[in-house]
Amino acid sequence: MNTLLIFVVLILVAIAVWQLTKIFELSQFNIKKDDSQIANDKDNDYNGKLMFAFLGFIYLFTIFSFWEWGEVLLPRSASEHGVEIDTLMWVSMALILFVQTITQAVLHYFSYRYRGKKTQIAFFLTDNDRLEFIWTIIPAIVLAVLIFAGLFQWTSITNIENNDEALVVEVYAQQFNWKARYAGADGVLGDANVRFLQDFDGLNLVGIDSSDPNGLDDIVVQELHLPKGREVIFIFRSQDVLHSAFMPHFRAQMNCVPGMITEFAFTPNLTTEEMRQTPEMTAKVNKINKIRFDKSQKLIANGEQALDPYQFDYLLLCNKVCGASHYNMQMKIIVEEEKDFNKWISEQKTFAQTIQ
Amino acid sequence: MVENHTHHKETFITKYIFSQDHKMISKQYLITGLLMGIVGIGMSLVFRMQLAWPEKPFGFFESFLGKWAPDGVMDPNVYLALITIHGTIMVFFVLTAGLSGTFSNLLIPLQIGARDMASGFLNMLSYWLFFLSSVVMIASLFVESGPAAAGWTVYPPLSALPQAQPGSGLGMTLWLVSMAIFVASSLLASLNYIVTVINLRTKGMSMTRLPLTIWAFFVTAIIGVISFPVLLSAALLLIMDRSFGTSFFLSDIFIQGEVLHYQGGSPVLYEHLFWFLGHPEVYIVLLPALGITSEVLATNSRKPIFGYRAMVASILAIAFLSTIVWGHHMFISGMNPFLGSVFTFTTLLIAIPSAVKAFNYITTLWKGNLQMNTAMLFSIGLVSTFITGGLTGLILGDSALDINVHDTYFVVAHFHLVMGISALYGLFAGVYHWFPKMFGRMMNKNLGYIHFWITAVCAYGIFFPMHFTGMAGLPRRYYSNTAFPYFDDLADINIVITIFALTAGAAQIVFLYNFINSIFYGKKAVQNPWKSNTLEWTAPVKHIHGNWIGEIPTVHRWAYDYSKPGHKDDFIPQNIPLFKGEEELQH
Repeated sequence: MNTLLIFVVLILVAIAVWQLTKIFELSQFNIKKDDSQIANDKDNDYNGKLMFAFLGFIYLFTIFSFWEWGEVLLPRSASEHGVEIDTLMWVSMALILFVQTITQAVLHYFSYRYRGKKTQIAFFLTDNDRLEFIWTIIPAIVLAVLIFAGLFQWTSITNIENNDEALVVEVYAQQFNWKARYAGADGVLGDANVRFLQDFDGLNLVGIDSSDPNGLDDIVVQELHLPKGREVIFIFRSQDVLHSAFMPHFRAQMNCVPGMITEFAFTPNLTTEEMRQTPEMTAKVNKINKIRFDKSQKLIANGEQALDPYQFDYLLLCNKVCGASHYNMQMKIIVEEEKDFNKWISEQKTFAQTIQ
Repeated sequence: MVENHTHHKETFITKYIFSQDHKMISKQYLITGLLMGIVGIGMSLVFRMQLAWPEKPFGFFESFLGKWAPDGVMDPNVYLALITIHGTIMVFFVLTAGLSGTFSNLLIPLQIGARDMASGFLNMLSYWLFFLSSVVMIASLFVESGPAAAGWTVYPPLSALPQAQPGSGLGMTLWLVSMAIFVASSLLASLNYIVTVINLRTKGMSMTRLPLTIWAFFVTAIIGVISFPVLLSAALLLIMDRSFGTSFFLSDIFIQGEVLHYQGGSPVLYEHLFWFLGHPEVYIVLLPALGITSEVLATNSRKPIFGYRAMVASILAIAFLSTIVWGHHMFISGMNPFLGSVFTFTTLLIAIPSAVKAFNYITTLWKGNLQMNTAMLFSIGLVSTFITGGLTGLILGDSALDINVHDTYFVVAHFHLVMGISALYGLFAGVYHWFPKMFGRMMNKNLGYIHFWITAVCAYGIFFPMHFTGMAGLPRRYYSNTAFPYFDDLADINIVITIFALTAGAAQIVFLYNFINSIFYGKKAVQNPWKSNTLEWTAPVKHIHGNWIGEIPTVHRWAYDYSKPGHKDDFIPQNIPLFKGEEELQH
C-alpha cells in the first residue's frame, strides 16, 4: 500500500517539477518570443502528448483498481433474485467498460493526433446525417435491451404476493438500532402503532396493540434469523425518521418510512456458514484479520486492548442518513437451515410472555 | 465616437456594488461563487481526512471546530453538517449561481448583440438576493446547535425535528430561509435570461444562428423556471411543519420518549417535491457547462461544432426528459414499484441525447487544428469525465440494479464525475476562456496547465476508487466505517482517495493565485485573443455601458465558420457579411 502511495506522489511531483522547469525555461529564454499567454505550437505539442499519456493513465488506473481492489467487492449473492441482479450487473458493467475504453481512446487519441500546428488546416465539417443517425440508433437499441432486461427483473422482484409458504418478518427501525418481529404461531403480525410504545413501561419495543389477539404471540428480537430456501416477506416500519434497511449480501434494500409500511421480499439461498466457507469470503476474512492483527500489534504496544478477530456475518445496515450514530446502526442477520431456525424461534419469548 | 446615451454619472457604489451592468454583475457572481467554492471544497477536504484517518486526532480540527471536535476528534454531527453544507454550497451556490449566474450574465447580452439584460434592475436584485442567501447560509455555520446536517436533500422527518439531531434546530431554519431566498434570486435571473434571449437579439441573430452557449443558458433558464418553484413550495411546507405544527410530511412519530401529534403526512411527498427540482437541477448545473464546452471546443479546434442541429435538439430533449425522471432517486423509497418502471424507462432515454452530445464533441476534434489553451484542456477533460460518470448512470437508472448500489459510494462516484467534476471543468474552461473579456487581461497559461493536469489526475484518483467501495456495499454519509469490521479492508482505499483529494485541493490554490494575480498583473488582452467568431469579441476590451461603441453589430452568419474553405483566415466573425458567391449553410 505504501508503495502505491509513494508511486502516486512521485508521479504528481514529477509532473509538477517538469511543468515548473517548463515555466522556468519559457521565462528565461522565450520572453521576447512569446508572452501572449495563448497556446503556441510547443504548448499544443506537449499538451497533446500529455492527453495521450492521460489515456494511458486512465487505462492503467482502471486495471490497477480491478487488480488491487477487485476482492473488496461484494461476494456472490446470498439470495435467489440477487444471482440474477448480479448477472445483469456484470453484463452492464462489461458494456460500460467496453464503451468507456473505446470512447476515451478516441477522445484522447484525437486530442493527441490533431494537436495544433501553424501549418495545419482544420477540416471544415458541419454535419453528417448518416453518422449522427448511427450513433443515435445504436445507443437506443442497446438501451432498449437493457431497459427490457431491467424492468423484467424489477417487476419480478417487486411483485410480492402473500402466500402461506412465506415467512413474514417485520423489520423495525429507530434511532439508532433495528428490531425484528416474527408473527408467531398464528402466522399473522398483530396491529402496531407508535402510540403503544409507552405501554408496559417500555417493554412494548415495537408498539404492538395488546388488544389485538394476533399480536400476543408475536416475537420481537434484536437479531434477524432467516431460514434458508424459504421466501421471506419483509415489512418495514420506522418510529422516528427515515431509515433504509440495506442488506447488501442479499441485494436487498428498502426505506423505512414513519407513518407508512414498505415491503421487500427475497429467498436466502446460502446459510451464514455456507457463505463463510466460500473461497472469496475466506480470502476476504483472512485479509481483514491480517489488517486487524497489524492494528492490534500497535494497540498492544500502546498498552491498549487488542481487536477481536473478525468472523463473517450477514449485515443489515442503515443506508439513509438518520442522525449522529447513523454510521453504527446495524443488526446481525443469521441464515440457517429450516430446522435450526425453528429451534431458535421456539426458544424466543412471545409478546404475551414479555409483558406479563 | 462614443455613444453616451446610456452613460450615467457613476459613483463607486453604482459602479461596483449596486451595478446594473451585466458585465459587473457577472463578475460579482463569479467572485461570490469562487468564495463559496473555497468554503465548499475546503469542507470536503476536512471530512475526507476524517474518513481516511477516522481515529486520528488532528489538532487543527479542534482549533477551528472547537467543542465540535474535542481533542481533535470530529463529532459525528459535525461530519453530517459538513457533508450537508458541502453538497448545498457546491450544487446551488457554486455550480448553479457561480456557473450559470456568471456566464449567462456575461454572455447572453454580448453574444446575442444586446446592450444589456432586459431588466438591469431585476438582474441586480437577483445578484443581491443570491448574496443575501449566501450570507444566511454561511451564518448558519456559526449557530450554537450547528448548521443543517440532514444531507443536502434535507429529508424530513430528520430535518423537521430538532429532537432528531442538533443540526435540525436553528441551523435548518436558516438553511430553509437561505434556500427560499436563493430560489427567488434564481427565478429573477432565469426570467431575465429568457426575456433577453427572446426579445433582444440583434438584427440577423435568428434562433438558428445562436451560439450553443446561448442555447444552453436559455434552456437552462427555462428548466429553472419550471422546477425551482417546486423546491420553494417544499421548503415552505417544511417550514410550516417545523414551526407551525402542520403535518405535510410527518406522521406517527415517536422520538425522545414522546409521541408527537403529527398525523397523515408523508415524507415520500417531500421526496417527490424535492427531486422534481433536484433532478432538473443536475441539468441546470450541467447544461451551461456543456454550452461553454461547445463554444470552447469549436473555437480551439478551429472547426465548426459538429452537428449543430443535433446539439440543439439534444439540449431540448435533455431538458424535456429531465423533468420526468425525478423518481429514479426514489426507487426504494416505498413508492409504487410500477412508478419505478416508468422512471427507469424515461431515465435511460436520457442516455440517447447525452451520447449524441459526447459523440459530436469527439467528432468536433476529429481533423481539427487543436489549440491547447487551458480552456480547451478543461473542455476535453469535461468530455472525458462526462463519459466516465455518465456511463455508470446506466446502472443507477436501472431500478433492479439500483437496489444494491443505491446510496452507496457508487452513487457518490457517479454524480461527482458526471455533474460535479464536469460542471466544475466547465466553470474553469469558462473562466480561462472569457477571462480576457471579463478583466481585460490574460491568465498565465503555464499555471493553467499545472492546474489542469494535477486536477485531471486527481479527479480520477478521487472518484474512480469510490466505485469499488460502493460495490463493496459501503453506504455514503457514514462518519466512519470502523463500526463494521467487514469494511476494514476499505481503509486503504479511503487513504488513497484522501491523498488525491488533498493534492487536488492544493492545485486549486494555483488557480486562485493565477486568477487574482492576473486580474491585476496579467498581460493586457487583445480584443479577440482566441480568434473567435462570436459577437462578444467584437466589443472593445475596456468595458463600457451598452457594450458596443456606436451601432450594435449585425449578424450575417452562424457562429461556427472556422476554417471555412476559400477564406484566408481560419475564422469569420458573425458580423462579417457573406462574401461574394459565398453560401450560408442552412441551419
